[in-house]
This record gives sequence, C-alpha cells and structure tokens, in this order.
Amino acid sequence: MMSIHVKMAWRNIWRNPRRTVLTVSAIAFACLVLIFMLSFQFGSYETMINAAVKIQTGHFKIQHKQFQENHNIRKTIVHPDAVAGILDKTPGIAAYTFRSRAFSIVSSEDRTYGALVIGIDPDKESRTSTLPDLIREGEYLSQTDTDKALIGRLLARNLKVTTGDEVTLLGQGRDGSVAAAVVTIKGIYSSGQDDFDRAGLHIPLAYFQQVYTMSGQVHNVVAIVQSLDRVAEIKQQVQARVQTLETGNSLIVRDWSKIMPGLKQAISMDLVSGLIFWLLLIIVVAFSILNTFLMAVFERTREFGVMMAIGTAPSRLMKILLTESLFMTVVGMGAGIVLGIFVTLYFQTRGIDIGGAGELLNQYGITGRIYPKLSVLSTAIGPAMVFVITFLAALYPAVKVRRLNPVEAMYFA
Amino acid sequence: MNIVEATHITKTFQQGDIAVQALKDVSLSIEKGGFVALAGPSGSGKTTLLNIIGGLDTPDSGSIVLDGNAFEEMSRSQLADLRLHKVGFVFQAYNLIPVLSALENVEYVMLLQGVPEKERHDRARSILDDVGLENRYHRRPRELSGGQQQRVAVARAIVSSPSIVLADEPTANLDSETGKGLLEIMKDMNHRKNVTFVFSTHDRMVMDYARRLIRIRDGQVDDDVTKNA
Repeated sequence: MMSIHVKMAWRNIWRNPRRTVLTVSAIAFACLVLIFMLSFQFGSYETMINAAVKIQTGHFKIQHKQFQENHNIRKTIVHPDAVAGILDKTPGIAAYTFRSRAFSIVSSEDRTYGALVIGIDPDKESRTSTLPDLIREGEYLSQTDTDKALIGRLLARNLKVTTGDEVTLLGQGRDGSVAAAVVTIKGIYSSGQDDFDRAGLHIPLAYFQQVYTMSGQVHNVVAIVQSLDRVAEIKQQVQARVQTLETGNSLIVRDWSKIMPGLKQAISMDLVSGLIFWLLLIIVVAFSILNTFLMAVFERTREFGVMMAIGTAPSRLMKILLTESLFMTVVGMGAGIVLGIFVTLYFQTRGIDIGGAGELLNQYGITGRIYPKLSVLSTAIGPAMVFVITFLAALYPAVKVRRLNPVEAMYFA
Repeated sequence: MNIVEATHITKTFQQGDIAVQALKDVSLSIEKGGFVALAGPSGSGKTTLLNIIGGLDTPDSGSIVLDGNAFEEMSRSQLADLRLHKVGFVFQAYNLIPVLSALENVEYVMLLQGVPEKERHDRARSILDDVGLENRYHRRPRELSGGQQQRVAVARAIVSSPSIVLADEPTANLDSETGKGLLEIMKDMNHRKNVTFVFSTHDRMVMDYARRLIRIRDGQVDDDVTKNA
C-alpha cells in the first residue's frame, strides 16, 4: 500500500529539481556544520578538561572530607597505600599519584612570598600529570631527590630566583611544629595557568612528609582515568570501595567538576551559547523547508483537489507530503553526516590552530592547537535536531492540505 | 431504479459582495444505467449540480441520495469513502496525477480501495486496452496527447466499477474526432457494464449521444427530455 505513495513522494520532490537540491543542500550544510562544530566544542572541552586536570586536579581526587573546605594540614589520608590498593584493582584507572600540600612562606635572598608547597612522588606524578613536560628551565625531580624543588615561573620571577638558587620554606607541620627547610631550585615550570605558576612550589613527597611531619600520610590521591566519559562511573566505584576502608568514612572522592567548578561553568556557558547559535541555524533551514512545502502545496493545490475528489483521504495526502519531507531530510542528513564526518576527521588528525584565542585558553592549559573529537553524540545531536525541526516545519503545510476543500482546490487558479 | 435522487437543491456562492445563486430548488432523479447530459450555457449551474451529486460540494438546502446513501447524514470522510467506491470522475482538464504513469493512474483508485496488486494490474491493463491505450501503459501524462489523457481519465473513472461516472465537460478540450472516440468508449462501457454516466456539457455531440438531456438554465431545470431508444 505504501509503495505507490513512497514512489509518488520520491517523484514529487524531483518535479522541481533545483528547489529540491537547494533544500537538500541547506539540510546537508546544517548537518555538516553542526557535526563539525559540536565535535570541535566537545574536543575543545576535552582538551581543556584534560589539560587542566593533568596539571592540577586529576580526573578525581580522594581526600579527607573536610580538607577541601580550609585545606587544614591535619585533614589527611592516613593510609594512602590502602587507597592505592583500591585504585590498583579498579579497571579504567590510567594512573594515580599522592600529593600533600601546605601553605608556607617562601623566602629567597631578596624577597618573601606566600606559596603553596606541594609534595609529589616524582615517578607517579610524571605518569599522572603533565608537570614534567612543563619544565622550561632546569630539570624535573628524580626519585632520589630530597631538598630539591620545582617552582612556578611567576613565583620564581617574584622571588627573583633561578635554577640552582636556594629558597627557605617556613610553615607549620601536621603536628603543630614549625616546618622549615632550605631547598634548591632544580627546575622552573610554566603551565600557562597564572594562578598555578604564581603560587606553586613542588618538592619530593618523602621530603615533604619529613619536613611537615606527615608520618607517611598524604592529603590527596589524584587519579587519571582512561577516558573522560568514564569518570563518573569509575568515581562511583572508587567511592563505594573507599567506604569499606577502616578510615573510609572520613574520605571523599571529588571529580574535576567539583574541584574546578569554574571550568565546568565556562564549558556550560560555551555550550549554551553554542546551542543557541546552532538552533538559529536550524531555524533558517526549517524556513527553507517550510518555503519549499508551501510552494509545493500552492503549486499542486488543483492536483490535491483531484486526488481528494477521486477518493484520496486527506490523511493520505498529508502522509505523502510528510514522506516527501522525510526524503529530503534523510537525503540531506545523509549527505551532511558523511561530509561532516569527513571534515571532522580531517581536522581531528591535523588540529586547528587557535592562535588568537591562545591567551584565553592558556588558563586551561591549552596551547597551540585544538582537535575536534568526533563522537556518536556529536554526530547525532545536530542531525537529530535538524530532523525534528524540519519535520515540524513540514507539518504545517501538510496540515494545511488536510483542510483543503476538494472543489475549491480543483478550481484554484 | 434511480441511482440519484436530488430534492430541492439550492446553492449560493459568494463572489465578493455579491451572492450568486447557482442552483435554485433543483429536483431530479437519474435512473441506474442512464447516459445523461446536463446541458446549459456557462454559469448555468451544471458543474455545481454535478459536484453536489458527486459529494464534492454540499448544497445549502435540499437532499441528495446516491445509490441509497443520503449525503446529509454523512461526514466528510464518509463522503470521501463513498466517492472512492461509488463515484468515478472525469474532468475537463483530464487531471491525471502527473508523477504516475497511465497504468499507475488507473491503478491508483483500486489501490485506495485495497484491491490486491495482481488484480489491480490485470484490471488496469484490461481497461487501458479497452480504451485503446494498450501501448501506453508506462507513459506519464505529459507524454500523452489530450485525447489519450482523457481516455486514461475515463479508464480511471470506470476501472473500479463505480455506480456512477460524473464527467464534467469531458470533450471540451478535445477535437471532434477524439471527442467522438471518447464518447464511443463511454457509450460502450455504459452498454456493456451498465455504468451510469452523467455529463455536464455544452457540446452538441455529447447531447446527441445522451439518451436523456436535462437542460439547466439560471440554476433551474429548464427542460428534461428522454430520447427514444
């Protein structure tokens, strides 16, 4: 029964090939742009998140429940090895490391600044974060280093120190004692994130634990998972397992979005503004479809009148028109999806130079190029929106046909 | 037995500020198997009467009963269904579906009726053979002459064995030779299959072919003559 209507719909759309090609092209173009731009957005978000988490937070952190509030040095993970054991057994964890931190006064020969002293495990840190790659002067820490430090570019400038210089650390140990040490600058790093480069000084974790009397305890266990979209799932698994530890009730797992809400908000804002723009694009395409169908109804009014006269139910006419719309949408979407995938894949391998936006994106640790990331989601969202909106656009003239009076339609001039 | 009973039909059209009364209290009946011409000058109301008999238009007052179905009790979709099963239409401007071939145009009505595919094909080919289009099955309307298109329209109108075929000026766009050929086909169908034909026309030849001639003038039946066989 459908076959002749499908045949009619297909032949009808080619009665005016130029108009059909233009409409199909508009749909294809919208799909192409949407696939590419959404992939670009998702790719840039992933780059931003990965860049930011690989410098600072990890995809998630395990820490004492109250540590985040005031960074009290006494709020520690008492048995970091037990947490490590959980992470070792959790599939999907790419790497993890231990960190401790304490606010201290850092003095050079000329100046004194407040800074965040961070104890890191050099080997584990190199697998978890991009810190080793950010060294601009000197060298990264080795596992055997003790009183050596890495310092942020801006803090080094403020303190007027360079590699080989000594700085004094003065803070409070976990037990309330005075923590003091003299460390030699081994390397200077620059992440592009000014806050980080201005405040940070990294020393080996074992040395940190000794200076700050940590007794083998740490403040954070920072983990990186194999892919961003598995963070929530793995975080939940780890959270559940951590609760089974002896001190588990005092621990919490926080993911990057909770640790860096600003980044999440920036992404949300960008996504919303992007969606508004894409919606406008789709509405323009919808008007093109609407125009095509209104013209078709106008041109074929007599024909519809005759079809109704010989017994075609109005609902069947509506079906034919909607099938015509479906054909154009599907052909346009098909072409747009194929082209969109090709264009996106091309830039996914080559990247896009972000030149002018570099300063803005530096704060998220992104330098150089952004790589769009093609995914099922970025391929499906745009065309799905196009499909829904073009269907709605085609519905109006189809409903209009349903209301035609056969006599008036047949004698329509 | 009458296939059409029209009683006190009136119909007024609004043309701008002016109300034009197209039909004024028209009553008539048409017998089953009739070959009837509604004749009259342009604007006399014959096409309006034909449309009302076919359920395409509704009268302002009066009643129509077609093959036992009273229109005033029927909904729009019931009327569409009645047209599909009981009425065949032939229009002055052929009005075939341009994207379908001659065969598909003829099959279309049967498809709407749910006739199985094989039967549809066979009946459509047979009827196209009957109207002399055996070599034109797969031609689209634009590839056929006016006369051929009108023959396809006649084939489409009668293929599903309707109770009545309503033909609005079927020969108006044809030369006399082609028109005559078409009338012969319809007369033959009327004779062989007892299909009732009602024409609206002002073509002398159609009036000559008709066995009953109803003259309409100013929206009223002016004359109603049944010729002797």
